[in-house]
Amino acid sequence: MTTATPSAPVPAAPTNKLGFTKQDYVGSKSTLCAGCGHDAITAQIINAAFESSIEGHRVTKYSGIGCSSKTPAYFMNQGWGFNSVHGRMPSIATGASLANRTLINIGVSGDGDSMSIGMGQFVHAVRRNIPMIYIIEDNGVYGLTKGQFSATADKGSHLKSGAVNDFPPIDPCTLAIELGCGFVARCFSGNPKQLNAILKAAFAYQGTVVLDVISPCVTFNNHDASTRSYKHVKDHDFPLHDLGFIQYSEVEEVEIPAGQTEIVTFPDGSKVAIKAIHEGYEPTDRFGAMKAIHESMAKGEFLTGLLYINPTQPPLPEVLNLVDEPLATLGEDLLKPSPAELDKIMQALM
Amino acid sequence: MTAALAAPSPAGGAKTRINDFSIQVATVNGSGSQTANTVLLRAIFQMGVFVSGKNLFPSNIAGLPTWFTIRASAQGYVARKASNEMLILMNPETAKEDIAKADPGALVIYDEPLQLDKLRGDLAYIPVPFQKLVTASCPEPKLHKLVKNMIYVGVASRLLGIDMEEVKKAIAKQLKGKAKAIELNQTACVAGYDWAMENLEDQDHIKVVRDNKTQGLIIVDGNEACALGALFAGVTVVGWYPITPASSLVETFIEYAEEYRKDPKTGKSTVAIVQMEDELASAGVVLSAGWAGARSMTSTAGPGISLMSEFIGLGYYVEAPGVFFNVARTGPSTGLPTRTQQSDVELCAKCSHGDTLHINLFPGTMEECFQFSYDAFDLAEKFQTPIFVVTDLDLGMQNWASKPFAYPAKPYDRGKVLNQQQLADMKDWGRYKDVDGDGICYRSLPGTPGGKGAYLTRGSGHNAYAQYSEKPEDYVEVMDRLKRKYETAKAFVPGPVFRNQGSDKGVLAFGSSDPAVIEAQDILLAQGLKTDYLRLRALPFTAEVDTYVKEKQVVYVVEQNRDGQLANLFRETYPEHATKFKSVLHYDGHAIDAKSIVDQITAFEQK
Repeated sequence: MTTATPSAPVPAAPTNKLGFTKQDYVGSKSTLCAGCGHDAITAQIINAAFESSIEGHRVTKYSGIGCSSKTPAYFMNQGWGFNSVHGRMPSIATGASLANRTLINIGVSGDGDSMSIGMGQFVHAVRRNIPMIYIIEDNGVYGLTKGQFSATADKGSHLKSGAVNDFPPIDPCTLAIELGCGFVARCFSGNPKQLNAILKAAFAYQGTVVLDVISPCVTFNNHDASTRSYKHVKDHDFPLHDLGFIQYSEVEEVEIPAGQTEIVTFPDGSKVAIKAIHEGYEPTDRFGAMKAIHESMAKGEFLTGLLYINPTQPPLPEVLNLVDEPLATLGEDLLKPSPAELDKIMQALM
Repeated sequence: MTAALAAPSPAGGAKTRINDFSIQVATVNGSGSQTANTVLLRAIFQMGVFVSGKNLFPSNIAGLPTWFTIRASAQGYVARKASNEMLILMNPETAKEDIAKADPGALVIYDEPLQLDKLRGDLAYIPVPFQKLVTASCPEPKLHKLVKNMIYVGVASRLLGIDMEEVKKAIAKQLKGKAKAIELNQTACVAGYDWAMENLEDQDHIKVVRDNKTQGLIIVDGNEACALGALFAGVTVVGWYPITPASSLVETFIEYAEEYRKDPKTGKSTVAIVQMEDELASAGVVLSAGWAGARSMTSTAGPGISLMSEFIGLGYYVEAPGVFFNVARTGPSTGLPTRTQQSDVELCAKCSHGDTLHINLFPGTMEECFQFSYDAFDLAEKFQTPIFVVTDLDLGMQNWASKPFAYPAKPYDRGKVLNQQQLADMKDWGRYKDVDGDGICYRSLPGTPGGKGAYLTRGSGHNAYAQYSEKPEDYVEVMDRLKRKYETAKAFVPGPVFRNQGSDKGVLAFGSSDPAVIEAQDILLAQGLKTDYLRLRALPFTAEVDTYVKEKQVVYVVEQNRDGQLANLFRETYPEHATKFKSVLHYDGHAIDAKSIVDQITAFEQK
């Protein structure tokens, strides 16, 4: 008789309040470039959803076109996704969120997708306060078409080809605040702790969240003359790496103390200044937020953190005073007027 | 003073035209004439006479010329008639031109100071002192402009023999209980009527005589009929953007939704209606709401469809349902934005880039506007695809008499939607698997619990499991299945209607051409030419259409566009019969009339 050697017990994966493991929040394997900051954002969406005990089946994921817009495939396979057309992700989120107000909507877009062709839909989605977390993975460049300027590219920055950007950047955060957005934040993809905290706050918010994440492009904006390149691309073993579904690398993982500025230096020696808002910052002060952002911009810094919040703005389904149940599944008895009512309408037309 | 009615007798010495005439009213846009004209039309309708009205209006808020034609027909013909037996000329800007175009013998009611009676000797002139009458009948000078038009309603009613009580009733109906406005307008109308009675000799040119043809009928326009169809179909999400001539479809829907889709106690609504920033966003809302399970719609015109076309192609490929009302106008681009055409046929058949084929519904009557709008939502969900309901300005914005709409008792068909249990029971669910061989796959709705059924919808290549794929065989499989689905639709779209006279010469038309074709068919028969008529009501072409094309020796395809777009679709679908199709076209922006059809078919026959 032989006795099997007992194997060492495998520790059970941690679960959240709903009993899900982090693995339940992952998606397909990323096909983005190794080292892409977008994958770091994906990792934090997964972490935040897991830690916030989000019901995966209630999640819908939307995107337009571009590298960023591929990312909904890489998280939360339990949720439904809609990769739409260039710049028009917001209208897709609008329709579905009206059809079923119980959904948790995450839109992932890029600076090209949102600030150029999608500018119209971006501003109108924000002013309607549709219920969604609108993440802009902002790298100042068009990746999928191989390296053209986007509308958030810094004035004076160079393409690989040497072309110089003559135009000032559009800032999604000041624009969103100006439009009345009730939750505006900026993060740096290399600061997972901050991103995670902001995302968890975003999951708890009812209306439109605009989250601009500075996420440098390692392929087309990593050259000597770029203002947004990495100096060193090195692999990082984030906790998620153990799960084997995401591989990404970054120059460094940063944690910026409140009120301080961190300079991220890139291979060409150029620098990006990431500043965390200070502890005494008042995020409910709309005009103060605008002033602080503009002051940082004037210094060439990206101010990060929760820049502005107004928790009292009703989201679109409330503005329209929709019934509490999903419109998508209302029964015919609630939707179809009766024969007597048709008769009344016909009488009025006689 | 007795006005000069020493006029020529009806053309050619014909007898009085009883309930068979056309009146054209020329006014200034923004002068309130639409109310007056509708009152005149409604009064004739209330006399039991078939009547139709067509408003020829400019793309302008106020000040440019507008014409309204009212056709009464004892035989029930309601198409536009190019000739008019009475002209009411209120616009000095166009009066001379209107006189020049008038048919000999026409009665001409006009504002006395215009002194039009010197222009031609073969018309019967009726100069009316409008300003004097309006001053006497309306104490408030600022309202004179608005009620002045009602005076010609009174004058014309007297001349035509319309009962004044019916006119008063029509005013009350039109002004919907606004007591002061009703009184003011009725007073002005009576002033015109009384003046005519005192000052004009009777005329025997055209008359309204009480009949019983309109008892129980309604007057409605196509946009309202479509809005009602959508209401009863249970539409729950509307994304739209204003455009003439489609705006009133959603605007009317909003009015009905206020009454029938709101809980009177809580005020909560069962329909979300959002005026979007443009047509592109509207299309996004429609398709994503449909994707998420709502019955969704928009209404637009050709330029809007152009803007929506990328999304519509995506909707076709990812198989998201939604109803797109296209109330067509002249094109391209701005074209003549307030005039009518059927020039979006090819656009709607294949809207978007790449290989796309769309189901189109072509209502031709008000009842069909209602019914097809109802059915469109079933078809959208059944076939999981964008559906076009194509009308035009003539159907959509003009007044039509109709039988009241029958209650659509057929329960909603929500299509192949899997619930949590069904998903759990399926061993191998794939979003784009053709389980039943009909090209229609099973779908799941976002938010369905249970951990199964989620997928990523993408415009990029995908396989039967909705996974990203650029494999040639996967792409071909999807595209072939979509074609198979389109073939399946042939058994579910409305088939054609026929009006046959036992001929191997076919006439084929759709939508708003129908009344003119019917009239033309009768005229041709009177001239000795029998024709069979098929009115197309949908794309794809059904088996009956197939048979008709194969059996006829010649098919006259009547349509309101320059390029014979429907005929082109036929030639493409039936290449072996391509030479049979002869285009009978009308594309000047006016609604099609019978004479233009008769003339073209006659010319073909004489070749």
